[in-house]
Amino acid sequence: MAVDVATGLKTGGAGRGARAVRLSTADRITLTVMVVVPTAVVGVFIWFPTVASILLSFTNWDGIGGVGTAHWIGTRNYHEIATIYPPFWPAVEHNAIWLAFLTVVATPFGLFLAYQLDKNIRGTRIYQSIFFLPVVLSLAIIGFIWQLIYSPTEGLINNLTGNASSTHVIDWLGNPKLNLWAVLVAVGWRHAGYIMVLYLAGLKAIDPSLREAAAIDGAGEWHAFRTVVFPALRPINIVIVVVTVIEALRAFDIVYIINNGRNGLELLSVLVTDNIIGEASRIGYGSAIAVILIVISIVPIIVFVWNSFQERDV
Amino acid sequence: MSDDSPSMFDPEELAGRTMSRRGLVAAAGGGAAAAVFGLKTAQARGAVPASWLGEHLAYGTVSFGSNASDPVPKAAYQKVFKAFTAATGTKVNVNTVDHNTFQQQINTYLQGQPQDVFTWFAGYRMQFFAEKNLLTPIDDVWRKFGQDFSPAMRAASKGLDGHYYFVPIYNYPWAVFYRKSVFAANGYTVPRTWDQFIALCKKMQTDGLTPLAFTDKDGWPAMGTFDILNMRINGYDFHVRLMGGKEAWDSAKVKAVFNQWRELLPYYSSGALGLTWQEGAQQMITKKAGMYLLGSFVGQQATNAADHADLDFFPYPMINPAHGQDSIDAPIDGFLMSKKAKNVKGAKQLLQYLGSAAAANIYLRTDTNDVAANKLSTTARYNTLQKKAAKLIGSSKNIAQYMDRDTRPDFASTVMIPALQQFLNKPDDVNGLVSNIQKQKKAIFGS
Repeated sequence: MAVDVATGLKTGGAGRGARAVRLSTADRITLTVMVVVPTAVVGVFIWFPTVASILLSFTNWDGIGGVGTAHWIGTRNYHEIATIYPPFWPAVEHNAIWLAFLTVVATPFGLFLAYQLDKNIRGTRIYQSIFFLPVVLSLAIIGFIWQLIYSPTEGLINNLTGNASSTHVIDWLGNPKLNLWAVLVAVGWRHAGYIMVLYLAGLKAIDPSLREAAAIDGAGEWHAFRTVVFPALRPINIVIVVVTVIEALRAFDIVYIINNGRNGLELLSVLVTDNIIGEASRIGYGSAIAVILIVISIVPIIVFVWNSFQERDV
Repeated sequence: MSDDSPSMFDPEELAGRTMSRRGLVAAAGGGAAAAVFGLKTAQARGAVPASWLGEHLAYGTVSFGSNASDPVPKAAYQKVFKAFTAATGTKVNVNTVDHNTFQQQINTYLQGQPQDVFTWFAGYRMQFFAEKNLLTPIDDVWRKFGQDFSPAMRAASKGLDGHYYFVPIYNYPWAVFYRKSVFAANGYTVPRTWDQFIALCKKMQTDGLTPLAFTDKDGWPAMGTFDILNMRINGYDFHVRLMGGKEAWDSAKVKAVFNQWRELLPYYSSGALGLTWQEGAQQMITKKAGMYLLGSFVGQQATNAADHADLDFFPYPMINPAHGQDSIDAPIDGFLMSKKAKNVKGAKQLLQYLGSAAAANIYLRTDTNDVAANKLSTTARYNTLQKKAAKLIGSSKNIAQYMDRDTRPDFASTVMIPALQQFLNKPDDVNGLVSNIQKQKKAIFGS
């Protein structure tokens, strides 16, 4: 949304310099409304809460009574989070692993599926439907489904492999060394389908003559993909990167369903929720974690916006 | 099932109903004699508190916020309210919210548009809201039925300022549950001491059983083990001070609790951190596990009547002779009145009814896993487990409310749940664990 507003302002500004004379009153009103309304919406629903979170993160407000009862405590929340809050660093690490897994495994796998299905093999529609099916499910539902598969004693995997009744079950959900990966498989199951659909659309848009030319020049399949098809997918790649980063940073529902995001499944989003929502009500403390998450999120956003402007200038 | 058929009611309740009808007549026509007559009968039968009969005016509609989203308690409350409306003419408008959601949203709920009366728990979890001025004190209600409750119940219903805020309806004990048939078939005997307990675990292991069902995916069940070990080793007073933030977590006393706990780990269910309490209950009920420390709500999982009848329990074994088996976790559920209550008279009338033996009797007829808080309520309809639970609670010198009800909610949920799970994963680093808990405790309690 921020980008829309940015470009909106930009064209608005350029128009005023060059063709200001030709703007009728109706045009001016339309333009004003189109600029003011989205700006107000963004301001009220995005910037106000963001600034409020930043301010609250320097207080010890417990959410009871007015904000007036909050005390300014400087950076104490940040200091405590980084030094004595055990789930914090694991959460950062898990978010990073999450991002790495989606980037290195799930997204390329989605691309692979899209590339294969784009060849119009027999039954491609059926495969597409099967791979896309998880995408229509919410991650909360996916968490529920995969718990039936992973449960140590009642679950499908351990019962099929005979590990359910032994004295040493494979604890897919409770072993903190294992459960993150088990969850990532479930997440990848959905993410690959999502990426597949986006890439399928991108592949359909590639001019077939490009591939033909590559084939005539004697390029092998891998070579043609690497040097011709993949570069032609550049616009869609940017979307994919953004989608992947967003998915990794907003991950929440699946771990919350499984064990409230504890014991090996800590994520920054969960720590924010744990502290702010619920009986704990450490609004200031949770806001500080939220601010850290905002800062982390801003990095890929800046890179993305920078990239899109660069492109336009070329 | 028709609730209107008189045969469905026990004599006490029937007496209560008839009397309140008389009472209505009395209130309307000024027939004081009838009221006095009713009053005496009521005292004799112990159905309704004596002073109750003076107030059968209908006070419109009281709103009630309920966390009783499970089918059994929900149905039980419906019957209680039906009886209340029949007795007084005051209507109850119930809003039921999912149990966990209700808990999660309590802060915003109480500051928004809360119902007049709502379900909650005794302990610090109630005192916290009283201190934050979100509740209405109900000393006047307690003056009418205070004598019907034990001193422990009365103490548990007060805020830190000494005023009454809470009306208890039932509680349930935490104890070690087992199947009688498993103990009989293998010749096991109930352990009284720690050494007997460990010996029994060893024997069960050689017999191919998981000695102790244990699950902590939900995060809170492990608190039960910490509580009982702490109370057995260091005593109830230390538990209260520790939960209140007045003791250091990195002391030798707390380390002793974790060290004792470590002895149990080899006998726990495999994969405990990935299992829910329901799955643990199934291990015990299906005879895969020998014992299970849990609240008596574990009985809900024995859906087959024969299995339920086979369940039994014993109080946690003694560790330190100085404290014996004198303490128990027996959380109390009940009701509070919000600060913003609109229908104050109706709300107090409802609270007075909810604290009566009659209300507890009706409630426990449907929900049979708990024990009434009111001394005068009937035990005649209790099943064997309920009778035993009532006896255990009655004979315990000290009754704790459970860690997440006895301490600050932020400390319980953001510090203790992860800390106990960390202990179960890395039981050998007790020193590092307790020093970290202590640092966070200082940050949260501010001392």
